[in-house]
Amino acid sequence: MEAFTVHTGTAAPLRRSNVDTDQIIPAEYLKRITRHGFEDGLFSAWRSDPDFVLNQPEYAGVSVLVAGPDFGTGSSREHAVWALQDYGFTVVISSRFADIFRGNSGKAGLLTALVDQETVERLWALIEADPTTAVTVDLEAQTVSAGDLVASFDVDPYVRWRLLQGLDDIGITLQKEDAIATFESSRPAYSPTTIG
Amino acid sequence: MGKTLAEKVWEAHVVSRADGEPDLLYIDLHLVHEVTSPQAFDALRSAGRVVRRPDLTLATEDHNVPTIDIDKPIADPISRAQVEALRKNCAEFGVPLFPLGSEDQGIVHVVGPQLGLTQPGMTVVCGDSHTSTHGAFGALAFGIGTSEVEHVLATQTLPLKPFKTMAITINGPLPEGVTAKDLILAVIAQIGTGGGQGYVLEYRGEGVEGLSMEGRMTLCNMSIEAGARAGMVAPDDTTFDYLQGRPHAPQGADWDAAVAYWKTLRTDADARFDAEVVIEASELSPFVTWGTNPGQGVPLAGVVPSPDDAADEVERVAIERALEYMALTPGTPIREIPVDTVFVGSCTNGRIEDLRAAASILEGRKVADGVRMLVVPGSVKVRLQAISEGLDRVFIDAGAEWREAGCSMCLAMNPDKLTPGERSASTSNRNFEGRQGPGGRTHLVSPQVAAATAVTGHFASPADLA
Repeated sequence: MEAFTVHTGTAAPLRRSNVDTDQIIPAEYLKRITRHGFEDGLFSAWRSDPDFVLNQPEYAGVSVLVAGPDFGTGSSREHAVWALQDYGFTVVISSRFADIFRGNSGKAGLLTALVDQETVERLWALIEADPTTAVTVDLEAQTVSAGDLVASFDVDPYVRWRLLQGLDDIGITLQKEDAIATFESSRPAYSPTTIG
Repeated sequence: MGKTLAEKVWEAHVVSRADGEPDLLYIDLHLVHEVTSPQAFDALRSAGRVVRRPDLTLATEDHNVPTIDIDKPIADPISRAQVEALRKNCAEFGVPLFPLGSEDQGIVHVVGPQLGLTQPGMTVVCGDSHTSTHGAFGALAFGIGTSEVEHVLATQTLPLKPFKTMAITINGPLPEGVTAKDLILAVIAQIGTGGGQGYVLEYRGEGVEGLSMEGRMTLCNMSIEAGARAGMVAPDDTTFDYLQGRPHAPQGADWDAAVAYWKTLRTDADARFDAEVVIEASELSPFVTWGTNPGQGVPLAGVVPSPDDAADEVERVAIERALEYMALTPGTPIREIPVDTVFVGSCTNGRIEDLRAAASILEGRKVADGVRMLVVPGSVKVRLQAISEGLDRVFIDAGAEWREAGCSMCLAMNPDKLTPGERSASTSNRNFEGRQGPGGRTHLVSPQVAAATAVTGHFASPADLA
């Protein structure tokens, strides 16, 4: 995974709450067995609406999504994260994320920056007033800045460390192979297995 | 200070713990299906890694599979490729698989419990958010993403930050005609779709203790719809009776040792929850969702709410948007809303008890003219059991379609879909926009309400049928 330090890009305002992962990418797009190419499914039901924010020419090329509260609820599909990344998003900013979506984002390298709703509202106002506004997300300093706005954001400290280092979780865990083997040898004899 | 049930299970699975790091937790059972696993197997392959414990891993085909003509090749080439990828991956990595056509095939969350693989005190994961179902046995069970699927395949562990704990106490027994589904819909309407975020929910109290294992599974299944990754019920005699004699349950001296341990898996009297919610069972009644998230529900006797009822601007906009999508007018009595399709099935309500409940209402009655009803068993075993009890005849005679096992219209990955604008009464778990097919409108209900609704053609409870 590539290390994440500072990202600067333009942003799109998604003025909706409770954007569930079925909205981010519907199930019919989950049949692909490769890891890429999910951008066509992103918000697919809304993309057919010419008024949808990502269909506005002024929001072409955005890399930061500023969404309403409870973003990413519902299904555990990591395809939702991949669809956002494949479309070009590097950061999602919201005042509340669903747990599994947030965990998946951390694993896949999409930064979910948690801010208060007031900051979301101010970002929406700034971006809508001038869609060319550059939004900078600094993971080291944990700040979002745009125009004269500077706000701090929350991110899990361990996820932050991993993203800054660009580390692969499995590699870290496999260093603890001895501890895993020791634990395994102490499991109760009646623990079920799936074979036989 | 004592520990909660969730904390006890967590502590029993810590492989390593260090300051500033998440705990590394051992995973006892990893369930796999075709949709969220192919990229994980691919990544293992390209890193030259193996599946550490294929004997703690089990795969089944459920999300994509058709529920008719299962002896023929899957018609949709993309679905077929995904199912074939699972078969190839399982063969290559030594993972046991129940493919379409196997007597043990079915929805992953129906298959695990019916085999006795889901047991109290275990950690259970699957690349599927409804893994919370298995918490009904007092297991710590939660959905994971594909990166985590890969992690568990490679290491049989997961790095995790401890959850907070929330007690949801149901005082008193559920009134006649109120089911586990009504209870969980009422819980979600009360605490909201984000209310459980960061928590493991423990359902307790008389209203929970009186539930069968099927009912407890329905309850825990929808914990994720309240934002909680996991829901649990402490194991008791109902749990042990369900498990004893199942193919993978312990036997003989092992059974006694297991039960002795399982009996310790109760929240200690002096344990403290991070949050507590109390619900009086006597205030519950059959529940129906009207909107586009599972928290947007009201009693069957109620009316469609108005944006003016909203507590804040965010909620007002959400209600307006949901009403527009659902094509509903504020103030309309729920009972007056007509439906086009009734779906009985899914990991929420596709077990034998659910089919019995629906059949008992349909017996001697007909599905209303113009209404399509699909009955989709959660597994082949459930299907065979239903047939042995003659339930299939009841459904067919009533005019319902009796299908093969799978996820089906819960998420419309197979050909079972709503058409745009079609309205369903569904025993599944999500009423999101387009969940059951693009433009489809979903109302979540219990199997009992679903069956009564099929008979009348608009929302109804069994008590409404003369």
